Amino acid sequence: MPEVKEKKIETLSDVTVRFAGDSGDGMQLAGTQFTDTTAWVGNDLSTLPDYPAEIRAPAGTLYGVSGFQLHFSSNDVNTPGDVPDVLVAMNPAALKKNLPELRPNGTIIVNTDSFDSKNLKLAKYESNPLEDDTLDGYHVHEVPITSLTKNALEDSSLSLKEVSRCKNFFALGLMYWLYNRPLEKTEEWLNIKFKNKPELAKANIIAMKSGYNFGEITEIFTTRYKVDPAKLPKGTYRNISGNEATALGFLTASVKSNLPLFLGSYPITPASDILQYLSTYKNFGVKTMQAEDEIAGITAALGAAFTGHLALTTTSGPGMALKAEAIGLAVMTELPIIIVNVQRGGPSTGLPTKTEQADLFQAVYGRNGESPVCVIAARTPRDCFYLAIEAARIALKFMTPVILLTDGYIANGSEPWRIPDIEDLPDFHKEYRTEKEGFFPYSRDENLVRPWAIPGTPGLEHRIGGLETDDITGNINYEPDNHDKMVRIRNQKIQNIANDIPELKVDGDDSGDLLVLGWGGTYGTLKDAVRLGRKKGYKVSHAHLRYINPLPKNTKDVLKSFSKVLIPEINLGQLASLIKSEFLIEVEQYNLVRGLPFKTENVLRKITELLGGNNGK
Amino acid sequence: MANNSEVQTIKLTAKDYKSDQDVRWCPGCGDYSILAQVQRTLPDIIEKEKAKVVWVSGIGCSSRIPYYINTYGFHGIHGRAPAIATGVKVANPELDVWVATGDGDLLSIGGNHFIHTCRRNVDLKILLFNNRIYGLTKGQYSPTSEKGKITKTSPYGSVDYPFNPISLAIGSGATFVARAIDVSPKHLQEMIKRAGAHKGTAFLEIYQNCNIFNDGAFSLLTDKETKDDNILYLEHGKPMVFGKDLDKGIKLDGVKPIIVDLTTGSFTKDDILVHDEFSEEPILAMILAHITDDPAFPTPIGVFRQIQKETYDGAIASQIDFVTEKRGKGDLKKALFGANTWEVN
Repeated sequence: MPEVKEKKIETLSDVTVRFAGDSGDGMQLAGTQFTDTTAWVGNDLSTLPDYPAEIRAPAGTLYGVSGFQLHFSSNDVNTPGDVPDVLVAMNPAALKKNLPELRPNGTIIVNTDSFDSKNLKLAKYESNPLEDDTLDGYHVHEVPITSLTKNALEDSSLSLKEVSRCKNFFALGLMYWLYNRPLEKTEEWLNIKFKNKPELAKANIIAMKSGYNFGEITEIFTTRYKVDPAKLPKGTYRNISGNEATALGFLTASVKSNLPLFLGSYPITPASDILQYLSTYKNFGVKTMQAEDEIAGITAALGAAFTGHLALTTTSGPGMALKAEAIGLAVMTELPIIIVNVQRGGPSTGLPTKTEQADLFQAVYGRNGESPVCVIAARTPRDCFYLAIEAARIALKFMTPVILLTDGYIANGSEPWRIPDIEDLPDFHKEYRTEKEGFFPYSRDENLVRPWAIPGTPGLEHRIGGLETDDITGNINYEPDNHDKMVRIRNQKIQNIANDIPELKVDGDDSGDLLVLGWGGTYGTLKDAVRLGRKKGYKVSHAHLRYINPLPKNTKDVLKSFSKVLIPEINLGQLASLIKSEFLIEVEQYNLVRGLPFKTENVLRKITELLGGNNGK
Repeated sequence: MANNSEVQTIKLTAKDYKSDQDVRWCPGCGDYSILAQVQRTLPDIIEKEKAKVVWVSGIGCSSRIPYYINTYGFHGIHGRAPAIATGVKVANPELDVWVATGDGDLLSIGGNHFIHTCRRNVDLKILLFNNRIYGLTKGQYSPTSEKGKITKTSPYGSVDYPFNPISLAIGSGATFVARAIDVSPKHLQEMIKRAGAHKGTAFLEIYQNCNIFNDGAFSLLTDKETKDDNILYLEHGKPMVFGKDLDKGIKLDGVKPIIVDLTTGSFTKDDILVHDEFSEEPILAMILAHITDDPAFPTPIGVFRQIQKETYDGAIASQIDFVTEKRGKGDLKKALFGANTWEVN
């Protein structure tokens, strides 16, 4: 045995890694495990899973490549990283697809076993990139991951196929070694996951340890890296994805409002997770209905809302289109209901697994008639938790549908979350109407909100429906003046929500040369880009809208305090249109609709372009 | 809207179920009779307060009925009444939830919700007002219109085959399936009562005459001269005989139903098929459903099938109880913490 040389340990503050392989290679799993361990050792982080719409596209093909990117640091992390520093490529297709994204001089770990003529051909490589000049300038580590995994498991009772499927844990073990991370969290997880199949747990643990030891022994790697814990506020943390946070937010809202939760939903990517998570909380009295279609999902929820439940439906763009008529019914019947749209690339089926922000118009305007609803948008994975609660609070308080927009990026992405103290979260109990005296179904309080009288309440029998209703009595009324009045009342009620939401905050100076105004999942990127801009000396600030309809009351004042306003969006300018028509101001746009989050560098370039080369000095 | 109800300790009457709204159907519409029979029957069916009754509807002439019944009501959107009603019932299984719907509403735009409601056996009472025409949109053919029907949208005759609603309901798993006619009030009342007493999806098809756009659609079954020869009244445990003098009967030849004449001496009542509403097998009910489409046969009226099966709303409630018992009442703090946490000090 050759003598093991002492490896150098280098400290880094900031690393972005990407695991990439076939969609059957277990890259999402390796990435998630690396994330959990990285969170546990105290780094701040952000993740970006990027996987194909096909469940198992033909092995080795470019369109079957599944990737998982993780950005971790000893500093504050707001994005999953523009460019990976390290790429783990399990096959030629993964290398080909991800190489253009890699940082110049970046590190590549390749599974050489998969670089045979068949896989090279499938990846459309004319010659082997490991042998030609394709990878010049990169630090390439060639590791026969498949055969090393097989060697490590030669005594295992598992089939060859099962053994081969452990290779993602070999790769993970190697990455743990490279970044000096402990194995125990993943070991624990494997033992729980394969409680009933201990031989699988054992095999994966052996594969992982072999990967780790390989790093230690091999001469390929001369340096390991260390990333110190980030300075995060004191507290108990967990890692959380946007969809998990959304589910937990509604669960919390149910507890805090003391109302049973009803979710009517039809599975759709990338929103299905929310239905899956909430269906596990039966012991909270949560009722989940996997409906026959999107329309049944929302109309059943409306029935439950009529009957006094905290009612919810979850979907993505195409499902949202199907729900439009029922949202109109909720507007007309003035029932509290929350509609979550985890946006994905559109139109039509579009890009089911990719992110986009192009459903803003659909949310604000996408119904027949004058049909105003409250629209709010979460900006990070953990923000989904707070905005789910906020959506429920507004829906109940104002007896209105509330649309909560998230997107595929924050829904599937994850970050550490300091778990809040339940006591610190507001209670928002909503009383049902029980008093018979003076009851009318469409009488209104000071906010123009009608009473919630639920079936089963003696003496308050009444009828509601989608036909135009008489003010106060709620009887059918087609009179011209009544319709005009009701259209205005429904609109004013939504406008009244502006009195009940926080003002728009500015990150940076309250005035200056440029305000970067965003909404939704671009938050982290815009925040980083603006901070980098300020470091360069530009008078640039950032504001991010979480409330879109109605807008916070100070929005106009914020916008007027800057010479220019830039609105970057992953669409062709929907918020920009809305802002322009609302405030009659000029805005600059930055739009890129690639199904992917923005890169900080590109937003920064746009800021630089707008503010000229003088660096604001 | 009027709030003229009190917590009742005395028995209610039909009047208690009348709302203060003017009924706005065309004069002579079959819906009037259905509404009247519903209002007469509800006091007998509903032992609880009427505040526990909810009427849900979709869109169409029939779907206006919630406005006229003084209970809770939800006039929804086209085709979605079964889904809205499912939400109501799951939210509060204590409620008596009724769906009023038409052939276009339930079988065309709402077909999917209908079959899935039956499949799940949601405890809803579905009254289908079947007039075989689109009335509210003024006379287009419906999914129960006969093939070849000439309407505004089928000037050369419709080329669509119609649905057989009873067959569809049985095939989809409805646990109570029956048929009645708008102008036979006593029988209609009995069917409404039976549907109301059933636990599970109760489907009642009511032949309803649209005197404006499809007048006489059921005249063979309603005209004095023809009805006896064209209606087969289904009664549990009774032989299937019909005709003015009850001298014709249905017999099975293998699985094929045939009509036999009881006056020739070749057959006696003992040869005649006996109705079994409660058969676990749906075969008899299906045969009866399909003779409706054969002009040679009489139209069966009455209960085709009634079986018992756990309801969807009941199963959701008992699963919640089961999981709560097994795992203990939900602890929000635990849920927020999840499986993996770490401390930052």
